[in-house]
Amino acid sequence: MDWLRNLLMPPRGSTFADQVDPLFWFLVGLTAFFFLLIAGLCGWFILRYRRGRAVRRGVAPTHNTALELVWSLIPLALVIVIFFWGFHGYISAAVPPADALEIKVLAKRWLWQFEYPSGLRTVNDLRVPVGKPVKLVMISEDVIHSFYVPSFRIKQDVLPSRYTQVWFEATEPGVHRLLCTEYCGRGHSDMLGTIQVVSAEEYQQWLDSGGGSGEGLPPAELGRLIYTQYGCEVCHSLDGTRKEGPSFRGLFGKPVLLTGGQTVIADENYIRESILNPQAKIVAGYQPVMPTFQGLLDERQINALIEFIKEQK
Amino acid sequence: MTAASYLTEQRGLRSWLFTLDHKRIGVMYLWSTLLAFFLGGVLAMLIRLELLTPTRTLMDADTYNKVFTLHGAVMIFLFIIPSIPAALGNFVLPLLLGARDVAFPRLNLASYYLYVLGALMALASMVTGGIDTGWTFYTPYSTSTGGAVNLVTLAVFVLGFSSIFTGVNFIATTHKLRAPGMSWFRMPLFVWGMYATAIIQILATPVLGITVLLLFLERVFGVGIFDPKLGGDPVLFQHFFWFYSHPAVYIMILPGMAIISEVIPVFSRRPIFGYRAIAFSSVAIAGVSFLVWGHHMFVSGQSVLASALFSFLTFLVAIPSAVKVFNWVATMYKGSIWLQAPMIYAIMFLLLFAIGGLTGLFLGSLATDVHLHDTYFVVAHFHYVMMGGVFIAFLAGLHYWWPKMFGRMYSERWSRIAAALVFVGFNTTFLAQFVMGSRGMPRRYYNYLPEFQPLHVVSTVGSWILALGLVITAGYLLASLRKRPDAPPNPWGGMTLEWQTSSPPPTHNFETVPVVDRGPYDFPPLEAEEELAGRRA
Repeated sequence: MDWLRNLLMPPRGSTFADQVDPLFWFLVGLTAFFFLLIAGLCGWFILRYRRGRAVRRGVAPTHNTALELVWSLIPLALVIVIFFWGFHGYISAAVPPADALEIKVLAKRWLWQFEYPSGLRTVNDLRVPVGKPVKLVMISEDVIHSFYVPSFRIKQDVLPSRYTQVWFEATEPGVHRLLCTEYCGRGHSDMLGTIQVVSAEEYQQWLDSGGGSGEGLPPAELGRLIYTQYGCEVCHSLDGTRKEGPSFRGLFGKPVLLTGGQTVIADENYIRESILNPQAKIVAGYQPVMPTFQGLLDERQINALIEFIKEQK
Repeated sequence: MTAASYLTEQRGLRSWLFTLDHKRIGVMYLWSTLLAFFLGGVLAMLIRLELLTPTRTLMDADTYNKVFTLHGAVMIFLFIIPSIPAALGNFVLPLLLGARDVAFPRLNLASYYLYVLGALMALASMVTGGIDTGWTFYTPYSTSTGGAVNLVTLAVFVLGFSSIFTGVNFIATTHKLRAPGMSWFRMPLFVWGMYATAIIQILATPVLGITVLLLFLERVFGVGIFDPKLGGDPVLFQHFFWFYSHPAVYIMILPGMAIISEVIPVFSRRPIFGYRAIAFSSVAIAGVSFLVWGHHMFVSGQSVLASALFSFLTFLVAIPSAVKVFNWVATMYKGSIWLQAPMIYAIMFLLLFAIGGLTGLFLGSLATDVHLHDTYFVVAHFHYVMMGGVFIAFLAGLHYWWPKMFGRMYSERWSRIAAALVFVGFNTTFLAQFVMGSRGMPRRYYNYLPEFQPLHVVSTVGSWILALGLVITAGYLLASLRKRPDAPPNPWGGMTLEWQTSSPPPTHNFETVPVVDRGPYDFPPLEAEEELAGRRA
């Protein structure tokens, strides 16, 4: 049955999966049963009573109160069971435990920013300890987004007008995918992130090191770290592959053709401007989907990124 | 022969444009809505083609977002909502009641012209910047994005009045213009379905009108209602929008159910099983449909209590829907089932609607909806209800009444080939979407994760099979119009009043006022037994 489980549902990464999945499979069974019942009766009647076939038909009743009560009351009983089952799971997802670790989430077109209790911030990369409830308090800077982690079975809209929250407890170390599920425009389908579930010790170490902030690293290596931590890799490849944005390979120092026909040289100032004010110069053939990293990256980090891009020959 | 029919009594463009005849207005609505369906269908094919690969296939993200928005808006506002009531309903409702016309013929024509105006406004958006909000116009995205949002919201406002006019007309017609002897429980079930639909149309549509007007005021004059930047509440828009748009789902499906309730008894030669249960369940669905809108908002941040209540009320809608399905199936028991095109589509409806309805349980239930909301599971679910349900029922009705409307029979052989392709193509397209949805593929995604590509390819190939089936359908139906009229007044042996007049009917519908002294499905007793005896002899 594992192949069937994997065919229809994502892997199970949180405690909610154990609440949602049994109900899901019950409903799959119920759907199969009633579909086969209806299809079977249709098929049987068509074969047996099709026009011109010699069969004793007699006079069938035009209604039957007992039968009609049965086929009203049995579905009624079933849906009441389903309602309470679904309600049970929903309520436990609605109330975070008091000792939950709280992380702030800021959503904006088209990235996810996380702020940890220590003040550390990351982009598109949420790191949480395994086996500990985590509560996310979320707000949007522009339109409505939705925080969806399929393998955790959680989803919550992120509103620009007030905080919403969602919580989960990851059951084992691993990497999970975060997606935006409220349509938010051009970059909606690129508003992705990862959730890394690590052991409590690793989490603490990571937090203590400032999220691997790269203190003491040479600029180009720090740049590589930022390239992954801040989700640049989602849109900019290193091997020349075309993604949502231009590849970094062989970019530095070369002329770049912009929308509108001008050409600029990809020097330090061009890259800096593209990070802080991405809409200023759009590379020909690409969509203006990049969010600004103003306020997210400091001068040292921007410089490190430029050094990293220089190395991508 | 031939006595002049409504098609031939008057000729020329003027006689159509200024007609007050419900049949001609119905036919104009039919061609207009079919044109809209064709446009929506082409857009659907473009969507499926773009999704053949995980990244760009043939258009950029902006274009894709405009295409899926227009696909949804065209299909819902220009095709599904008006198709059955305003096209088929307009044509047959007065005939089914034994009436000369609808109660307010001028209002009927006004409804058509409002539809045309609204449609032109909506389509004009294509050349004035497009609209990329999705058909749901969620704020604050819709208040902040550019393009032709203002034009489209006004179009929806105008189209709403077109729908209200039809509803008002049908209610008045049903109350006042029934033939002598046609008591409420001698009305064909199609009329009950239209009546329930009309109630929702006139009660819910004004809310949509007000909502899009408020959106317009906010966009044009900066009145803060939904946009938090202006002090508004974006979730309020969702409440307003779904307060109309959920009942609107029943504006779409009840007429489909109404057609099935006509076709199954006629092609089974049996009175419908549980007439009153079906009639009352239509009205019950219409009533409860106003109390379930919040089930679109379980993850929107609405209160937990509200979500729980909406979930419970949603499940209550399942009961009358299930009752109807069981009644239709029971009608076939001991019947004499004639598998002509309308019946083939009616049985297809039963199967596809069953899947659509049962998968609704996953979404009405709170815990599972959190996982499935805004994924392809929802897309597949509503296509099973809207296309597998309403559109297939529309095809059943179109094939059922086509001989009455145009006086021509179509090729039964080609209709079977087309139906088989539609069935296979539809299921291939949308079963794959259930699977990708429950595995976590969000809807309205231009790019997607490569792991979903095999399922997307299956779905896209399915859409080609489906399209082929529909092209063949258009082909044999249009081909039938080139023939000389050959349809008898009553090709299917129906007992309702429209079959008592000629095909196509004269402008005034009936030569003498019909008098009704029996129910709509009282087929001659023992006819099946006689047929059996005849075979044996």
